[in-house]
Amino acid sequence: MAAIEILNLEKTYQVGFWRKRPKVALRPLSLSIEEGEVFGFLGPNGAGKTTTLKLLMGLVSPTAGSARILGMDFNDPRVKAQIGFLPEQPYFYDYLTAHELLIYYAQLSGVGAKDRKKRATEMLERFGLADSARLQLRKFSKGMLQRVGLAQAILHNPKVVFLDEPMSGLDPMGRREVREMIQQMRNEGKTVFFSTHILSDAEALCDRVAVIHQGELRGVGSVAQLTSEAKRKVEIIFCSATVPTALTSLGVEARVSGDMVNAVIEEGQQDTALDILRREHIRLISLTPVRGSLEEYYVEKLRPRENGKGAGV
Amino acid sequence: MNSRIGYVAFNTFREAVRDRVLYNLVAFAVLISGAAVLVGEISIDIERLVVVNLGLTAISLFGVVIAIFIGIGLVSKEIEKKTLYTVLSRPVRRWEFVVGKFVGLTGTLVVNTFFMAVGVLLALLYVAHKFEQTDVWVLVALYFIVLEFFIVCALALLFSSFSTPLMSAVFTFALFVIGSLADDLRGFARITDGFTGMVATAVAYLVPNFSAFNIITQAAHGDPVPGRLILYNTVYALLYSAMVISGAVLIFQRRNLK
Amino acid sequence: MNSGHRVNVIASAVLLVSLAGGVAMLSAIDRIHMKPEMQQQTLYIQSATTLRRLSLGYTGLLADIYWTRAVQYFGLQHHKGSGDFRLLAPLLRVSTELDPQMLPPYQFGANFLGPKPPNGAGLPYDALALLKFGIANNPDKWRLYYNLGFLYFTEFKDYKKAADVFAQGAQLPITNEFMPILAARMAQQGGEFETSRILWYSTYQSTKEPAIRQNAVDHLRALQVDEEVTQLEKLVAKYRDQTGHLPANMADLERAGFIRGIPRDPNDHPYKLTADGRVEVQDPESIFYITKGLPPGMSSPMPKPVGSKH
Repeated sequence: MAAIEILNLEKTYQVGFWRKRPKVALRPLSLSIEEGEVFGFLGPNGAGKTTTLKLLMGLVSPTAGSARILGMDFNDPRVKAQIGFLPEQPYFYDYLTAHELLIYYAQLSGVGAKDRKKRATEMLERFGLADSARLQLRKFSKGMLQRVGLAQAILHNPKVVFLDEPMSGLDPMGRREVREMIQQMRNEGKTVFFSTHILSDAEALCDRVAVIHQGELRGVGSVAQLTSEAKRKVEIIFCSATVPTALTSLGVEARVSGDMVNAVIEEGQQDTALDILRREHIRLISLTPVRGSLEEYYVEKLRPRENGKGAGV
Repeated sequence: MNSRIGYVAFNTFREAVRDRVLYNLVAFAVLISGAAVLVGEISIDIERLVVVNLGLTAISLFGVVIAIFIGIGLVSKEIEKKTLYTVLSRPVRRWEFVVGKFVGLTGTLVVNTFFMAVGVLLALLYVAHKFEQTDVWVLVALYFIVLEFFIVCALALLFSSFSTPLMSAVFTFALFVIGSLADDLRGFARITDGFTGMVATAVAYLVPNFSAFNIITQAAHGDPVPGRLILYNTVYALLYSAMVISGAVLIFQRRNLK
Repeated sequence: MNSGHRVNVIASAVLLVSLAGGVAMLSAIDRIHMKPEMQQQTLYIQSATTLRRLSLGYTGLLADIYWTRAVQYFGLQHHKGSGDFRLLAPLLRVSTELDPQMLPPYQFGANFLGPKPPNGAGLPYDALALLKFGIANNPDKWRLYYNLGFLYFTEFKDYKKAADVFAQGAQLPITNEFMPILAARMAQQGGEFETSRILWYSTYQSTKEPAIRQNAVDHLRALQVDEEVTQLEKLVAKYRDQTGHLPANMADLERAGFIRGIPRDPNDHPYKLTADGRVEVQDPESIFYITKGLPPGMSSPMPKPVGSKH
């Protein structure tokens, strides 16, 4: 069963005081995410990632479209007991301690009275906050707050977890910790849907990604596939003081340093390039395939289309 | 369902306490004790009158100020600070959230009033040296003041669900003043004709009628209050609060959180 | 959005029901709240000075509020037929002390403080004090002299004083055409019908206040009856002088040429002639304030309050 099914979900805001002008935050979006997947939602700032998450959480009402989570309508309150949410730059009641906050959230999530304390303590341990359990949240650093955020997202053991830019504002250590936590969630069989604009994280963690830009879905696919979809390139290094003209006419990028040339050619041009080198009696030093990166896929999908609209893959 | 309302209510109460709101009790205690001592010095035969009048009026005014002060931020602050995001992603319904806030706020005021009432009764004991049977009407007057608070809390919460704290404070306070003059408003509506009369009547009946809740003067004189009035006022306060809270719920249901 | 939709429906229903219920409750509360015992509290602060201080300078508004309460109070008591207007004098007094330049309370006081219950508070001296206070504070308002003269005429029957007051009012730079006429008539013909008629007619003319107008109309009708009955009884006496016996009925008088047609009272009922030569109205209860045309022993009928049992 699909853990998350988004069907033509769309949001247009009416902006302005007197004459309302429509501002499209999200064009009709359709996505399907399987159970147990770690799914990355990529896009630059303002692309519509947070809007999508707010729609799914019911914080904002959609202009059109619907979604199903774990088979139930996304507005069904029963769904909320099965999902966890970490908003971007979360803010919590600063007059509560971490422990009190988790207890309160456990209460609201319907965790039984007997389990609440246990879960809260577990979460605090797991996220390294045990020492600060009785400290008021107003005294927490950003990194600590992010950890509290993750804790409250999974403390009621939800099946699906939604994270909005979980790494934002964290130092490399913090980011690594979050990465590990997401891995852990995946190991526990949870479905993780997170948005980010940091591609290396997505590449490392996700099974599949979607690219969104200016409110429009630009592409969806598995990471493995996408990285290989990008045109394969080959890097050749050879001994030469200059770049052979025949090679330049192939439209090849080359860099000269000393008596070595470093050139990147497309896979299809490989044979032609080798012929040229042989003809000119140039010594080949190495030939290495360059693995396509997610970045290329991303950048390509972000490029403006000729005909504009429509969600495609 | 009900337990969630209770949890939200308790958290609201906890927030008020940690917000050091209850420190107002200190100011109140100072005021009322000072008055009690002073009264004993400067007047004869009306000590009881002054303590009851001053005490009850102070409780009423302090309470309204607190109700407005806390109430106006109840919803708007959560939206502004985005603390709502992680709350509403949980199974708590939006209406449960509003009702829970209301219960928490009125709970805070009831606790506050309780302590203030104890203070007033102690002051009364101090100046009059004993309690009379007619002092029971003071308790009734206190009960009516608490009913007033229900309505003021509901109004503050209503405005908080769609307006900024400053505007909410202005609107709620304005309605409190108008509501205190509701009797005169209705009298005016009765002797006016035509369109103005209709508008005046509509307004006069929509505005919360606080004048019927103010029996401070009578309590001070030890005059009895008809039992039916106690019943009617209770029902009215409940109905009016229900009406206002439903409005708040309806508004909050539709609110898009930026 | 099913559960959301349901919440909206329930919340709207609760809103409407509690709105209706609330309004209903208010009416019930009013019925208790407006009892005189409860109303005492509107007058709790009887001292205008204290009120003035408490009002933080907004005395005008407070005066308006008290005046509105006075009108409301009078209307309510009148409607209930209770005849109890004990709060009217203090209410009017406070209103005028808070704002001495507000004129309507003085007129109200002149018309309704003086007369005896159930038409008024039965406090002519309070009315007098009120008007004198008014004149002291507004010496150039002819209307107040008019009210005072009216009071002297109707309640104290002191035509001399009434004449003086009307004369004073007539001297003012801005005055009313009736003033000099009334001054003159008071002085010489205080007790005559015509004087009363002019007084009541000018009252009717000079105000828009419905209660005062109705009162004036009632008095004018009574005057008409008194006058006609007096006239008719004079004719009956003349007939007896001429013929040596009393006329049997009105038709006799008509045949004798004393009257043309059977005279009718303001209710359009013909006047009756009794066996002992007196003229009576058909339905005395229905014409208020008449002093003539009544059966023997009956006192001047007073208006029954609206809504009371007939």
